[in-house]
Amino acid sequence: MNGIDVLGPQLSVLVAAGVVLVADALFPGQRRILPFLALAGLLTAALWTTSWVGRGDYQTVFHGTIALDRYAVFFQYVFAGVTATVIFASIDWVSREGRRQGEYYALVLTVCGGLMFLAGARDLITIFIALELSSIPQYILAGWGKDSKSSEAGLKYLLLGAIASSLLLYGMALLYGVTGTTLLSGIADAIAADGESYRGLLIVAMTLLIAGFGFKMAVVPFQMWVPDVYQGAPTPVAAFLSVGSKAAAFAVATRVFFEALGADFLRDDWSMIFAVIAAVSMTLGNLMAIVQSDIKRMLGYSSIAQAGNFLVGLAAISVAGEEFTLGASGVLLFVAAYAFTNLGAFVAVIAISQRINSDRIADYAGMWKVSPFLALGLAFCLVSLTGIPPTVGFWAKLYIFNAAVRADLVWLVIIGVLNSVISAYYYLGVVRVMFLGEPGTEQRFRASPSIAVAMAATALGVLVFGIVPMPLMSAARDAVEIFAR
Amino acid sequence: MELSILIFLPAIAAAVILLLPQRLEQNAKWVALVTAAAMFALSVQLFFRFDTGASGYQFVERRSWVDIGAFNLQYFVGVDGLSLPLVVLTTCLTLASVLVSFSVTHRPRAYFACLLILASSVVGVFVSLDLMLFFLFWELELFPMYLLISIWGSGRKEYSATKFVLYTIAGSAFMLIGILVLAFDARTFDIEQLAAAEFRDTLLPLGWVFFFLFIGFAVKLPIVPLHTWLPDAHSDAPTAVSVMLAGVLLKMGGYGIIRLCVTLMPEVAHDWDAWMAGVGAFSVLYGGFITLRQTDVKRLIAYSSVSHMGLVLLGIGALGSTGLTGATYQMLAHGLITGLMFVMIGLMYERTHTRDIARLGGLARQMPLIATGMVFAGMASLGLPALAGFIAEVTVFLGTFQRFEWAVIASIFGVVLSAGYILWMLQRVMFGPVRHEWDELHDQRHWWEHTVVAGLAALVILLGVYPSLIMNVIEPAMTTLAERLQV
Repeated sequence: MNGIDVLGPQLSVLVAAGVVLVADALFPGQRRILPFLALAGLLTAALWTTSWVGRGDYQTVFHGTIALDRYAVFFQYVFAGVTATVIFASIDWVSREGRRQGEYYALVLTVCGGLMFLAGARDLITIFIALELSSIPQYILAGWGKDSKSSEAGLKYLLLGAIASSLLLYGMALLYGVTGTTLLSGIADAIAADGESYRGLLIVAMTLLIAGFGFKMAVVPFQMWVPDVYQGAPTPVAAFLSVGSKAAAFAVATRVFFEALGADFLRDDWSMIFAVIAAVSMTLGNLMAIVQSDIKRMLGYSSIAQAGNFLVGLAAISVAGEEFTLGASGVLLFVAAYAFTNLGAFVAVIAISQRINSDRIADYAGMWKVSPFLALGLAFCLVSLTGIPPTVGFWAKLYIFNAAVRADLVWLVIIGVLNSVISAYYYLGVVRVMFLGEPGTEQRFRASPSIAVAMAATALGVLVFGIVPMPLMSAARDAVEIFAR
Repeated sequence: MELSILIFLPAIAAAVILLLPQRLEQNAKWVALVTAAAMFALSVQLFFRFDTGASGYQFVERRSWVDIGAFNLQYFVGVDGLSLPLVVLTTCLTLASVLVSFSVTHRPRAYFACLLILASSVVGVFVSLDLMLFFLFWELELFPMYLLISIWGSGRKEYSATKFVLYTIAGSAFMLIGILVLAFDARTFDIEQLAAAEFRDTLLPLGWVFFFLFIGFAVKLPIVPLHTWLPDAHSDAPTAVSVMLAGVLLKMGGYGIIRLCVTLMPEVAHDWDAWMAGVGAFSVLYGGFITLRQTDVKRLIAYSSVSHMGLVLLGIGALGSTGLTGATYQMLAHGLITGLMFVMIGLMYERTHTRDIARLGGLARQMPLIATGMVFAGMASLGLPALAGFIAEVTVFLGTFQRFEWAVIASIFGVVLSAGYILWMLQRVMFGPVRHEWDELHDQRHWWEHTVVAGLAALVILLGVYPSLIMNVIEPAMTTLAERLQV
């Protein structure tokens, strides 16, 4: 079939999922190689994507439903990197858990395949199917643990995810009803032609879409599942959820809103909705995070606040044509920066929690003396989440706030900056506990090799892009050029 | 190229030191010594190659770094008559710090790496001509300082290190807001362009911006009432860190006020000049009175720094060529003199293990060389003519007297106080009845100790008898700035 090679990256990840399952069944004694098979699949995908970039041969296939453009490529890299880090961070936990190792890696890869499809999807049906392909394995993964908390997390995530999917589907159906097409470009054309005559219906559809995406983004008021699921799910899975599904939701929301709903008369409406949600998410997320004593719950609430930061980029649509995409590129930059920073924080939490058998922040006291490497890595990621230089988080915040200032959203920037100060309180509070507290035990421990790789890779990324952020920024800016008008 | 070498050479050397294998760890000091000596030599060479006749920045390097929307950040470094002497001071005191640390044996690799990274970031602060680059170096300096105080310090070291970091971070949060407001309005982070820009439509009133930046620098300088971190940090820091802290880190505050507050917002500076002079004079007096009551030698010198740095603010408040030149000269003189003083106190403390004045006394008999050095530093500190401090104080007073007579008269009283607390301290520590518990202690005797003391003392004399060597570099830059301020 024509265009099948465009799907190479996605397919190689899904094929790897199958290979992992078969290898697990055929060679039960050799389970140690399973994660490396999975990583090989991801590497193939990344190389395949790179070969497309090298050829510069951007195109859409399957009647315009799947695009291979810079935007898709950007997210394919992010998703491949995120999944690889999650696999590295999972190796210890999975082999200690012992059961159904092959299934675990296969599900993680399936999520990744769905996310990669999502990155290039330009059609409502494709978007929905890709979103479900990535969501359903995540429901299973959330309930992977043996305790009842994990089962509760899985069930809660499944039920609320189903509601979100149905809201999304209603919105899509409505959009199809009024425009007569499911292609994003077709919707944009139809709206440009006679959209103003059914503006009311469009706004209803838009609201439903925002609600549906809002669940996946975990923004207020669609955030209530987050703390319970993060706390209950196994930590590597929580890391994956906090980054993967959030990034996916922003990837697709940015594309849908900029490409299909970018008409002048609609823009101000959704920009304002996003701005309000952003302000509320940042503030509530941060205020709730302050009072948490469990580090996973704290990271859960902080991820709500961070999603508010991303939304600033979606709200920042300036009227001037040349800067139309500045906010969108800010979203991409922030997603990439957040993905690695938050993953890095989770990697440290995975390793430390396994060791001390506790998720309480108070039990992290003196971690600097017990495991300097992990403490430093976690501290560095938390500094980046706060947005203090020289870390990539600082540049992401600067970039996105700059976009908002250009779009005359000064009030939102002020709220954002105040929230950064609030967030410093709880992020740096953990740093303080780790560095100045007295450790409960003097026995030092080392991170396992796989954790060390994941920690070093994320921390190094945070630092290197904190000093030389330009490559990431240009990549984000080139990626959103497809929305330029 | 030269300035980049000054920034990155110590950073690279720090990496080399960290990579040294365990069995070679005692060689870390030699790597650090060679690096610091090379930096010092390079900066002195720059000093003599500096063209005092030319205006603007020299040894400039400019490279695009980050491009966000319409404004772009640059790697933009250069020096003028204000920053070049401070760079030389930094490299000089880095060398001194490395030498006085030769006896450090606890985790020497990490120690010397931190010291070199500190030097790298301070040089970066002085040579950056891009606001964001400046801010990055400003923040970078906190990491090594925190570790140096909290690991190799004494007493309540972690408390003091945290207090130091919290004060600076609180100040720099304000500073960042100020920087962003200026940059969003002028759409550039380039200090040269910002100096020429007119701020019309800033997000916050310009007076606030000035105040925000000023707070960030005032914490560092420090001025009363933002000074309380300084005595704690000093008394718990190891000797070399005290030297760097008093010698160059405080100067970052004075430098920032001149380079950013005054240069970028001259009109606002005019509105607040009397306040600056007044707060400066108050710091001189308040610092002086508090110093009189100290019982710990290091705390005593720390508080005297508050008093001396008040003079810097007083000189800046005059907003004239002479006052600004005097302020800069005072920064250099104080850096060398207080650096020497902390070296002497460090040498003494290494032997007696106490800094409590009540337990000391008559040390001149047991340690004549250390006593000589300390008396010399004391004389320089109280402003004895023919030594560096005297020239600086006189220039500040001359430059300020015409505009703020009252502030100068108050400050002169502060100088009288300094004679009081210094002489009294020397009398109690070095003279008086001999205490036999210290009989076993040896005097200053290692080559590195002799080198540091003699070198710094020679520079204090040089700056005292031949001020035009430095004045010729500072003055043209300050005159240009003062002309801009007149308009």
